[in-house]
Parts: sequence; structure tokens; C-alpha cells
Amino acid sequence: MLRLFKKILTTGIVTEPVKAPKDVELEQLGIAIKRHIDRRYSGSIAIRQIDAGSCNGCELEIHALNNPYYDIERFGIHFVASPRHADVLLVTGPVSRHMQTALLRTYEATPDPKWVVAVGDCAACGGEFGVSYASCGAVSNVIPVDAVIAGCPPTPLALVQGLLSLCERH
Amino acid sequence: MNALNWTETLRQQLEEAGIVVDQQESAYTPHALVWQVAAEVWQQLAELSMLQGLRWSAGWAEQTGEQFTVHALLEKQGVYLLIRTSIGYKKPELPSQASVYPAANRSERHTHDMFGIKFIGHPDKRPWTRHKAWDKHTHPLRKDFPVQGSPEIITPPDMDYPFIRSHGAGTYEIPVGPVHAGIIEPGHFRFQAVGELILNLEERLGYVHKGIEKIAEGRTPQSLARLAGRVSGDTTVSHSWAACMAMEQAAGLSIPGRAALIRGILAERERVANHLGDIGAICNDVAFVFAQMQFSRLRENWLRTHATVFGHRLLMDCVIPGGVKSDVSDSDCRLIKQDIIPLRKELTDIITALDLNSSLEDRVYTAGFLPEDIAAAFGTVGYVGRASGQDFDVRRDLAYPPYDQVKFKVALENQGDIASRFWIRYKEIIAALKLIEQFIDLLTPGEILEEWHVPVAGSEGLGIVEGWRGEIIAFVRFDGDNKISRFYPRDPSILNWPVLEKLVLNNIVPDFPVCNKSLNGSYSGNDL
Repeated sequence: MLRLFKKILTTGIVTEPVKAPKDVELEQLGIAIKRHIDRRYSGSIAIRQIDAGSCNGCELEIHALNNPYYDIERFGIHFVASPRHADVLLVTGPVSRHMQTALLRTYEATPDPKWVVAVGDCAACGGEFGVSYASCGAVSNVIPVDAVIAGCPPTPLALVQGLLSLCERH
Repeated sequence: MNALNWTETLRQQLEEAGIVVDQQESAYTPHALVWQVAAEVWQQLAELSMLQGLRWSAGWAEQTGEQFTVHALLEKQGVYLLIRTSIGYKKPELPSQASVYPAANRSERHTHDMFGIKFIGHPDKRPWTRHKAWDKHTHPLRKDFPVQGSPEIITPPDMDYPFIRSHGAGTYEIPVGPVHAGIIEPGHFRFQAVGELILNLEERLGYVHKGIEKIAEGRTPQSLARLAGRVSGDTTVSHSWAACMAMEQAAGLSIPGRAALIRGILAERERVANHLGDIGAICNDVAFVFAQMQFSRLRENWLRTHATVFGHRLLMDCVIPGGVKSDVSDSDCRLIKQDIIPLRKELTDIITALDLNSSLEDRVYTAGFLPEDIAAAFGTVGYVGRASGQDFDVRRDLAYPPYDQVKFKVALENQGDIASRFWIRYKEIIAALKLIEQFIDLLTPGEILEEWHVPVAGSEGLGIVEGWRGEIIAFVRFDGDNKISRFYPRDPSILNWPVLEKLVLNNIVPDFPVCNKSLNGSYSGNDL
């Protein structure tokens, strides 16, 4: 047990500061906010992540948001286990046809008002997979999308800044 | 018995059984022998191979004109045997190998869904990859099926898949997924339980089927390498390596030594990154957050070096046909080596702290037990196989470049529980760190990219590499004009997913997440 506490103490705090981005920076990161964001969310958002057909690359980087460097919970942004607890759906992947109904039902299960953030190039435009017999392509082909964070996959920094720009106090 | 002996013995047995084998010349001899046989003996050949102790590794089909060619890849002692047979386009049928090899079960169902080839005597008649995105009388991988298909505006859910049912007082079912509670890929799990004890688990995957095999058709080599790098995002290096290896064989190309070493560095770095993440996640699934925080910190450090040296945090698109995309400079090599020193020290600190923690031990020892015989029967590969005594590693047993230039030990455990799969990952990290150092020391100045030759129409290649999850197979056939006519990637998860149904038995439902994480199959790599 002492070794454990020693390791915690010697590691210290590694969390890095992240500033809320300016519009120009967002553009550089490939982040597009399409709709006016509801002000009632200022301060805290609960996110339900949905993999609608991704290769798992985006999930790895979304996972990284919870590591000690990015520690996204310090901004009041946290991941929840049910769409019924969520303000934001973070959707990755081209939407596979086999996941289409599941995505629609998850969207319906999320209480209003809600936002949908499409994460990654596949979610933004279909990416490497596009539209086919098996894929519906971009998330916006299936449910309304409010913001897009591009990248293959987007870096955790781009994700943090994209999410911060959503819950920024206007 | 050495490797050549078993192929001779098997051939003799086939002759005695009256099975005619046509040994074909191919681009991938001597790593794989290619035997063409008649369709009627398909199952009999599997039976004799089973008696010889061959492992069933992969199966796929392709359409060439008015006929289908069905392939099955078998392996023993690092020597591969590719058997193939041709069947007619009208009423395509073939005796099933799944009744002999359980590993062939889902693969044959996939081939049935995608090509409409009927496997006679298959123990499971249910679809596997197909849900409701296409009609059961149409088959996406047939050449007359358009890439766009004819989907409905909203694809209905697959409501009538006949799961195994349980009856009797006190048993109940728990459906889980496709949308899961964590940040993970979608899939459905159907549990039958009594109290907290799992009586039966059935997996239903196919939710992230993106039509990878179909959209690969007609691509250029560069574009296929990109797609292969997205078969499973966590295995981007190894999948694109396997695909490139197959394409390079087809083109008769050998890559420069420096490129092979850099591919080796990339693949080992990918292994370390994923194992670091997994060890933390296994601990997190038994609510031991200290380890999760420490390991996710180490992983982040590691990924940042990926970005600095190779320009991408997950190393996507670094492996390209003919070599690698970018060279490593001397200062990059120094940085990579310097990075390893503190990682080793930190791992020692953290692992010692974990090893002495009785609450962690209590959860991971004996839980999720996979016996050696079941691991062998299902042809389990990678760390899951090696934690249950399956002593196989493509890097050592096939010794493809650059692994032919180094000596290294393959970790092996035989306890078969979650702790075993935890420790084997740790040992593989240590071994991978050594390999990275060796590869860097072997680097000599030279080219990193061989000029691409357009392969002749009909040429084929078979890439076999050890990804971080285990053996990856990639089959490629070219059309004319440098275009792909068939691509089949076989992720190790395809062989490992079925044993999850076995290793959770008699565990409690709340231990399912940690059992699942200890195996960590790829959904995307399975569903294609």
C-alpha cells in the first residue's frame, strides 16, 4: 500500500491547462459549430458516447479525455452510461446500416434539449467508408448534427476544445 | 516431427483416402503451400488435418467469373497450408468444415451471408454478418451486387435472430447492447443467468459491418492500405502491414531492409500502446482506478512520442505499399530510446505496487478461466492463446523481416485466467521494448520505399503478421490496371471472440466487463 501512495505522490499532478478556444483556432482544428448553442447548458454537460460504426480509433482518443493529462471532468464535462442522462450525444463512425435503428432510438431516448456532436472524419462526411449497402455515411444523414469535430481520429486536444466551445458561457 | 514431415504425412494420408491434391505454385511459397482439391473432399480434408493437429486459421471465398473459389488456411509449427476449391456459380454448395473445426463456424456463416455459398452439414444455420441491411436472397460480395445495394431508408433492427433460450424456474435473460454503457464498440450479448451466475452467453455481432470487403474492390494499392489501416483503428499498423505484405507479394516486390525495421518499430510501438491501455482498463473494470490513471498516463506519454516521431498519435497511414511513409532521423531514434528508460522504471514501480495488492488479486486470479484444451480447439491466437498455453507467435514461427534478424522470447502462460492475460501483456511490453531497441540498433542508412510495380491481373498475395492481438491474415487479389479485385482481412478477434462465450461460464455477471476486457476483441475487425 505504501508503494502505491508513494507512486501517487511522486507522480504529482500532470493535468495540463486548456483554454477555451477562439473561433480561428476552432477552424484550424476542423471544428464546426453549426447551430446556436443553448445557454442553459453553460457550466456542465453530460455526454453519452455512441459508436455507430467506427473503427475504434475515435474511441481510443475519446478515452484519452479521461486520462490525467486532459482530465475533462474538471470542466464539468462527464460521460454517462445512459442516453436518458445525457445532454450531448457524441457520435463516431460512419453510421452502419445495422446501427441505424439503434442510433435513432438512442437519439429519441435522449431528453430535449439535446445536441449531437459528430466526431471524426467518418462521422463528419463518411470518411474512408462513405455511403454503401452497409453504411449510411455521415451522422447527419441519420440524425440532426449540431457540431462537427473532424480528424482521423481527432486529437484529444481538438476534442477538449470542441467540447469547451459548446459549453462556453455566452 | 518437423514442419516438412507433417505436410508429407498429411499428403500420404490424403492419397490413402483417395483425395487428389494439386499442389500449386504461388507467390507465397515457402511460407504457405497451396493445395487445390475437389469440393466433395472439403470436409474430409478438414478431418484429416484435425487429426494431424493443424490449426484452422482463416476462411474466405472469392468470385472469379462464373465460379467461386473457397479458401481455408491451416497452420502447424509456423508452416501454413492454404487449401482451395472451386465451385459452380449456380447452386453453390460445399461440405462444411465447421463441424470439424469450431473456429470455422462464424467464418462460414459470414461466407454464406456474403456470397450465398451453402455449407452442407453446418451446425448453425443462422446468419452471422447479415442483419437487415440486405435481403437474404442477395449477397453483397457477388460481382453483380452493386456497392450501393438497395437499402431501405431506415434499416429495421434484426428482431428475429433466434437466440438460445433457457427454461426453468429461476433462470432469466439479460440482453446487453448494441449500445453499451462505456465508451466502447457496439455489439449484443445475451446472458442466461441464475442469480448472479452466468449459465450461458451468446454473442451477436455484425453491428459495425461497414462493407470493407466490398468497398475494397477497385481500389489502388495506396487506397487499400488506408482502408486496411481502418479495419480496426487500434491495429492500424499491423492491418496495413498485412495488406501491404500481401500486395507486395502479388507485385513480386521486396521492401528495403530499413523499411522493414521501421515497420517493426511501428508494430512494436503499437503493441506497447495497446497493452498499456488494456492493463489499465482491466484494473479499471474491477474499480482499481489507481492503475487506470497510471497506465493511461504512460500510454499518453507513449502516444505523444508517436506523434512527434511519426506524425500520428495512433500511427495511421505510416505503412504504405513498398515500404513506409516517413524515415526516422538519428534524433528520432535517440528520442525513442530515451523514452524507454523511464517507462521501464515506472512500470517496475507500478507493477510492484499492483502485485502486492490483495483486492486486485482477489478479482483477477481464477476469474475468466480459459482451459488449454478449449483454447486449442478454437484455435485461439495472440495473448489470449498464449495465456492458455498456445505457444504460437507469427513473429517467431514465421520470422518475417525484420523479426528474422533478432532473437527474442515469446511469453507463455498456462493459468488461463484474467491474471494470466494481464501478466502476459506486461511481459509482451517488456519484450517489445527490447525489440524496439534492437531494431534501432540494426538500422543502417538506406531507402525506405521500393518503387511500385503494377502486378499482373489475377496475381495474389497472402500477408501474415503478428498484430498486438495476434495473428493477422490478409488476402489480396489484383485485377488488371493496378486495381484490387478481392481483399479479405482476418483480424485475430475473429478467432478469439468465440472463446469469450466459454471463459465467462460460471463467472458472475458483474465480472463480465473485466472478462471481456481481458480478451478485448475488436468489434470492427470482426464485423468488417
